[in-house]
Amino acid sequence: MEAYLDNSATTRCSERAKNVMMQVLTEDYGNPSSLHNKGKEAEDYIREAREKIARTLKIDEKELVFTSGGTESNNMALIGGAIANKRQGMHIITTAIEHASVNAPLAYLEELGYTVTYLSVDKDGLISLDELRDAVREDTVLVSVMMVNNEIGAVEPIEEAVKIVKEKNPNTLFHVDAIQAYGKFRIYPKKWGVDLMSVSGHKIHAPKGTGFLFIRDKVKVKPLIYGGGQQKGMRSGTENVPGVAALGEASAEIYEDFETKIDRMYALKERFIEGVTQIEGVTVNGRTGRDSAPQIVSVSIKDVRSEVMLHSLEEYGIYVSAGSACSSNKPAPSRTLQGIGLAKNQLESTIRISFCVNTTEEEVDYAVEKMREIIPFRRKFTRK
Amino acid sequence: MYKSFLIKYAEIAIKGKNRYLFEDALVSQINHALKKVDGKFRVRKEQGRIYVDTEGEYDYDEVIGALKCVFGIVGICPVVLVDDEGFDRLVDEVLAYIDRVYADKHFTFKVNARRARKNYPLESMEINAKLGEKILEAFPETSVDVHHPEVVLNIEIRNQINIYSIIIPGPGGMPVGTNGKAMLLLSGGIDSPVAGYMIAKRGVAIDATYFHAPPYTSERAKQKVVDLAKIVAKYSGPINLHVVNFTDIQLYIYEQCPHEELTIIMRRYMMKLAEHFAKENKCLGLITGESIGQVASQTMQSLAATNEVCTMPVYRPLIGFDKQEIVEVSEKIDAYETSILPYEDCCTIFVAKHPVTKPSLNVIHNDERKLSEKIDALMQEAIDTVEVIHIEA
Repeated sequence: MEAYLDNSATTRCSERAKNVMMQVLTEDYGNPSSLHNKGKEAEDYIREAREKIARTLKIDEKELVFTSGGTESNNMALIGGAIANKRQGMHIITTAIEHASVNAPLAYLEELGYTVTYLSVDKDGLISLDELRDAVREDTVLVSVMMVNNEIGAVEPIEEAVKIVKEKNPNTLFHVDAIQAYGKFRIYPKKWGVDLMSVSGHKIHAPKGTGFLFIRDKVKVKPLIYGGGQQKGMRSGTENVPGVAALGEASAEIYEDFETKIDRMYALKERFIEGVTQIEGVTVNGRTGRDSAPQIVSVSIKDVRSEVMLHSLEEYGIYVSAGSACSSNKPAPSRTLQGIGLAKNQLESTIRISFCVNTTEEEVDYAVEKMREIIPFRRKFTRK
Repeated sequence: MYKSFLIKYAEIAIKGKNRYLFEDALVSQINHALKKVDGKFRVRKEQGRIYVDTEGEYDYDEVIGALKCVFGIVGICPVVLVDDEGFDRLVDEVLAYIDRVYADKHFTFKVNARRARKNYPLESMEINAKLGEKILEAFPETSVDVHHPEVVLNIEIRNQINIYSIIIPGPGGMPVGTNGKAMLLLSGGIDSPVAGYMIAKRGVAIDATYFHAPPYTSERAKQKVVDLAKIVAKYSGPINLHVVNFTDIQLYIYEQCPHEELTIIMRRYMMKLAEHFAKENKCLGLITGESIGQVASQTMQSLAATNEVCTMPVYRPLIGFDKQEIVEVSEKIDAYETSILPYEDCCTIFVAKHPVTKPSLNVIHNDERKLSEKIDALMQEAIDTVEVIHIEA
């Protein structure tokens, strides 16, 4: 049996997204910039995708720029947003537990002379709104807060945070990294006053290499990529039409029958937690239930190192992640897990399990059962 | 664009009656190295010389790069071969050569003629003098310096006349295949690929054994070892990499033996397994990357303890090297970047905080007796489940 429980790393492309993609790849393969019909046909796919996505977020379809994925969206929002609005100031606020695709562009901005304030988080990974309010200054150009943390599934209070920031400084832009949140929550950036929001396609059953950045009307962002002026000059380069079409389809699909899907995922999460916490020395990090993300569970397993756990599960066809997949190639301890105050031995023995709409109870039970077998056995062999 | 390369080899020229064996091995290694290079090449032996002739288009740097990996080559000389059509023709060819190869003519030179074909009308000294004169006439910016010239222009009178002045150093050593085969214990660290490279340099073909310990070591750690084997294979030729699943043996030792002896005992069983595969593959020795005192398991006492289980000679080419010296070779052969990728290897998983540095053989023997119940079966299991990966650069 195989149980793919690493859906926060990436998901399988949906059948519907794949079919649209195949159609564009092999039949409707025109360049949207071409003047002929074949080009118009391709342009229609882009337009449809815009409409479909805009509907899920209740935004205007003009407020979208398609990118190569979450990392590019975050880079564009932060670097492009900070540079275009430099006159507002050179101070940026973010949290201590952001993804590398937020941290690294901010480190680059620091090199350019910007100052970054990192908000601390509590043991559940949540920021303090008071600390945020205190951090906002007259010269704060940008605030960037992730909606769902990729490692422990903490859900940040975005709506309130935006209100607080705008109250104190209406000129400060608010960016949301919604890469783990889109498709798992109803998100209304415009209504909430969010200015910029990043989304990745392959976390919601669209192909890798797809994503978008929401840029609220009249918000200035300096493009990162220059060339033929596609997407109104915001992101040059022939559009990834097959990817964009598939992303549109996957976005529409994930929000169909949404509440049922999310209820199912919360039920799976509960089932998993109930099973796994019965094993001795296993603890769940962060909140559980409805004030956490439905798809992510972070568990620390006393005296079993994360990689050993991961590879032991792999032998049974169970795929999980040690911390977050994007950081697992580096031996450095996770900033998120450090941020929520895990002890050193826990930092090295934490794995992430993540579900998707297609995860079954059977898979969850299988994983729990195998963990129950593996953990006591591996615990016998610890480094002395 | 050169049509030919003259291959210089030193050591193998002195091997007396076996000389042709060494030359043939070198020719075959050169052919092998050029297989992956785009273009048409012919390698030929002639009068104690090896030439690589090219036909049509090829990438110069790529050819030099490939030849630089062939042990036995001391120098690679891009050469112009001309037929003997009289001395005046030769002068024209030489002047054309200089004009083409040296854009800036401000250099000192000497002509170094050799008359392998004694019926040539001029003697070497005469050729030197006359050609030197013509060169000075044609390129007044140049000057002659017979003691420390910047350019030595070699003119060798053979069946054809060889004109060359550039000698690109080769790796030296002896052609692989002239000295049997040995089994390299390849770990994924910095040392073992260097050890393999150094023994291959002495003409020894290589097979390798890697100890894999899933789930403690990952598929990526194994991939890293495959990548390292590929780097060594660039020099040594094809390698049969034996991937041994060592987990159960390791855990059994962990359960039965004192923790501070784990590494030594583990290494003794690794040596035994490597020797098994060595014998099976007609290897004449084992190769390790050990260096005295580098870590607890490489003190004189520890080396003696691991060495004791081997009946074959164990070659340890790095035995007197400092880490920095090993790193230098590792960087030279482009293995370093791969070696330092951060994957756990099986020697470090359970390493004790204070491992024994002076193991006593008596104590080790006593503790190994605690393994008697299952160890033979586990060793057999490891042998039966070995995965052999054929690696070519």
